[in-house]
Amino acid sequence: MSPRNRRDQPASELRPLEFGRWAWRQLTSMRTALLLLLLLAVAAVPGSFIPQRGVDARAVQAYYLDHPKLAPILEDLGAFSVFSSVWFSAIYLLLMISLVGCILPRTKVYAQALRARPPKAPRNFGRLPASDRFETDASVAEVLAAGRRVLGRARVDVVEDADGGELRAEKGYLREFGNLVFHICIVVALVGVALGALLGYRGNVIVVEGDGFSNTLSQYDEFSAGAMFDPETDLEPWSLDLGDVLTRFYVEGTNRGAPKLFRATGGYTEGGRDRGDFSIEVNHPLSVGSEDVFLVGQGYAPVLRVTDSAGDVVFDGAVPFLPTDSTYTSTGVVQVPDSDGTQLGFQGFFLPTAYSPDPSKPSVSVFPGALNPRIGMNLWTGDLGLDEGISKSVYSLDTTKMTQVKDGDGNFRIDIGPGESQALPGGGKIEFVELKQFARFQIGHTPVPWVPLSGVGLGILGLTLSLLVRPRRTWIRARRDGSRTVVEVAALDRVPRDDLPADIDDLLSRLRADLGDAPEKELS
Amino acid sequence: MTTDQMAQLSNYLTGSAFAVLWIAFFCHVAEWISARREAPVAVAAGQGPVVTADHDADDRPETPDRLVGIAVSLTVLGTLLLIGGSVTRGLATQRAPYGNMYEFGVTGTAIALTVYLFMVWRSRIQWMGGVVLAVCLGILTMSVSSYTPAGPLVPALNTFWKYIHVTSIMVAAAMFMVGAAASVLYLVKQRAEDRGAVGPVLARFPAAARIDQVAFRVNAIGFPMWTFGALISGPIWAHLAWGRYWGWDPKEVWALITWIVYAGYLHARVTAGWKGRRAAYLALVGFATFIVSYYIVNLFISGQHSYA
Repeated sequence: MSPRNRRDQPASELRPLEFGRWAWRQLTSMRTALLLLLLLAVAAVPGSFIPQRGVDARAVQAYYLDHPKLAPILEDLGAFSVFSSVWFSAIYLLLMISLVGCILPRTKVYAQALRARPPKAPRNFGRLPASDRFETDASVAEVLAAGRRVLGRARVDVVEDADGGELRAEKGYLREFGNLVFHICIVVALVGVALGALLGYRGNVIVVEGDGFSNTLSQYDEFSAGAMFDPETDLEPWSLDLGDVLTRFYVEGTNRGAPKLFRATGGYTEGGRDRGDFSIEVNHPLSVGSEDVFLVGQGYAPVLRVTDSAGDVVFDGAVPFLPTDSTYTSTGVVQVPDSDGTQLGFQGFFLPTAYSPDPSKPSVSVFPGALNPRIGMNLWTGDLGLDEGISKSVYSLDTTKMTQVKDGDGNFRIDIGPGESQALPGGGKIEFVELKQFARFQIGHTPVPWVPLSGVGLGILGLTLSLLVRPRRTWIRARRDGSRTVVEVAALDRVPRDDLPADIDDLLSRLRADLGDAPEKELS
Repeated sequence: MTTDQMAQLSNYLTGSAFAVLWIAFFCHVAEWISARREAPVAVAAGQGPVVTADHDADDRPETPDRLVGIAVSLTVLGTLLLIGGSVTRGLATQRAPYGNMYEFGVTGTAIALTVYLFMVWRSRIQWMGGVVLAVCLGILTMSVSSYTPAGPLVPALNTFWKYIHVTSIMVAAAMFMVGAAASVLYLVKQRAEDRGAVGPVLARFPAAARIDQVAFRVNAIGFPMWTFGALISGPIWAHLAWGRYWGWDPKEVWALITWIVYAGYLHARVTAGWKGRRAAYLALVGFATFIVSYYIVNLFISGQHSYA
């Protein structure tokens, strides 16, 4: 950022303009930029340790339950959404301003430097970090011409007067160019990210095998869009029918149970027209129009049927159970709003491969594939809280106004496999009709992804230039002394390097070779 | 040879590399101890243990130099064994050997040691050996502590972006490893130079300014690679696998923090009042944040990078 480091102190009385100028200079100074950078790094830390609402909303809910006193304080501090909090944004914005405030003047300075000629040689070469001299029979003009050849692609000026001449050379202009490109590209990348967030959206939906999804807001389970995205008009008209979810797991060796393949297949339409079949895998999304459909999860959705005491079906449908571990031990909920005049709530587990080494203990899932699927649930009756107008999650049961159904001394427990049914204490039954799978899709539209991508990409090229190119000024001064010419050579690096003396030696020997001089004539 | 036998061989090779590198490290420790013993200026002389940094080669005690030679030879052997361990691991799993934390650590350390040995060959930086080995052994210990039996990968990792993303991150990390070792040395040496008390051990190291330059060079190579790994190939892959290119996953957050701190380091080196020592501290903080993103995040925070 700005190399300027003047510690301008505000005078006791400053007019607004002067104060503004002073504040601007402070903000765009390298020191401030550095501190802001480090502050940004520190400010990001809590975002990795405290659950973030934008990353995992359920983890935030769990945090509230575990730390009921601390959570509201953290909430006020914005700790559950660090990256959109006021203080994080403030640092970020100040850094952006500082960045722009450094790019603009530096671009101007660089434009001037591009037109400028190499500077005059200093009077005393001995004060420079590396210098040397020799004598030769060649004339001043010959020496300077040889110097021009030896210095190659550097920008060179030759000035001659009565008793000699000097050659001024400068190279390494690309360093500052790369530096500016890098910083400008960071701004471009950040603007691209911001545009993508403003104009884009992202949504999540669980679809069970045999069901469909059409791209309208009401079909999404979770949906978040940028301020400039209107879900009513901007969602593209397409739909899909999920035919099959294919999952494969390793069955042998140390990786038994590790996932091998996840694939969702089916057919889709776009704008009412049939587009044929699709196959979505992890790392292989489906593109529909400007939107992408990603497979981000899958699990089991047993089809359950609940019948009341009169034999009427009060619930019949696939219930997605959300996986909680690598063996797909999954949790799920069935809510029945009306069964014999009361409301029923089932809550419990699905185990794809249930196994119980000891019959007195509850089963556990030992393999993620559905080899021995079982459902174990408890039952509540009372008020599901559906009428309060607050949207409730379909994956959790609010039991505050419900009572758990007992069976003798213990709680009533349902334990059924596919095709089995179990009678309920109040009459009626629950039936495990068949096992289906569900796919969780993430659907999103990120406009102009190439802006941040090319921003960072070009930025790296600029960065590499700025780190590799080494600017150097070289001077060769030749002066006639009797019948001989005394040649002095010196160089100065804008970025100090330890190979300068060796380079001067090298330059000297190439210069003398070009002049046809033998090195033993060297003085000193 | 079956893949199981190959996996076994890989474990033997990595295990022996670990042992050989420990011995090499002890050779460097012995080098420093003997340098102190054979110092031409005795402590008892009452002038303090001060030795000039650039004394003649004839004055140099022989034993420490011999020990350095042994240490470098052992490091070459250990590095070859480690590369063998990494390659056989790849053959056993039929894929590139960096699909989890263990493999990342082993292969990354092998790269870091290769970088170091290359620099020994080109710029004779064996004076850095002891500290480089200490850093590498630390990383190896972390990776061995998260040992995973040889096996295939979860579907999310099954893409060629893995090779690009992980390779660039790993090479960058290897650079940061060597850079951190140099920064530690720089801080120690600079402190001694400032006090005018460069002892016989520190006299074996080059001038602080030169050490600082070595640290800068490797970090300056590492930084663009880290940028590419964390901010280009990572987001592209994240977009394909998870449907978003940046999601503030804990590992992403820490990779960004590492990037910011190293960016701060590069700026600090050209900022008055931050040059030198403060910049070197920043490089070490940067390396510490890398350790957090490599190791601590996986142990203590759950996120989408939980496999590696």
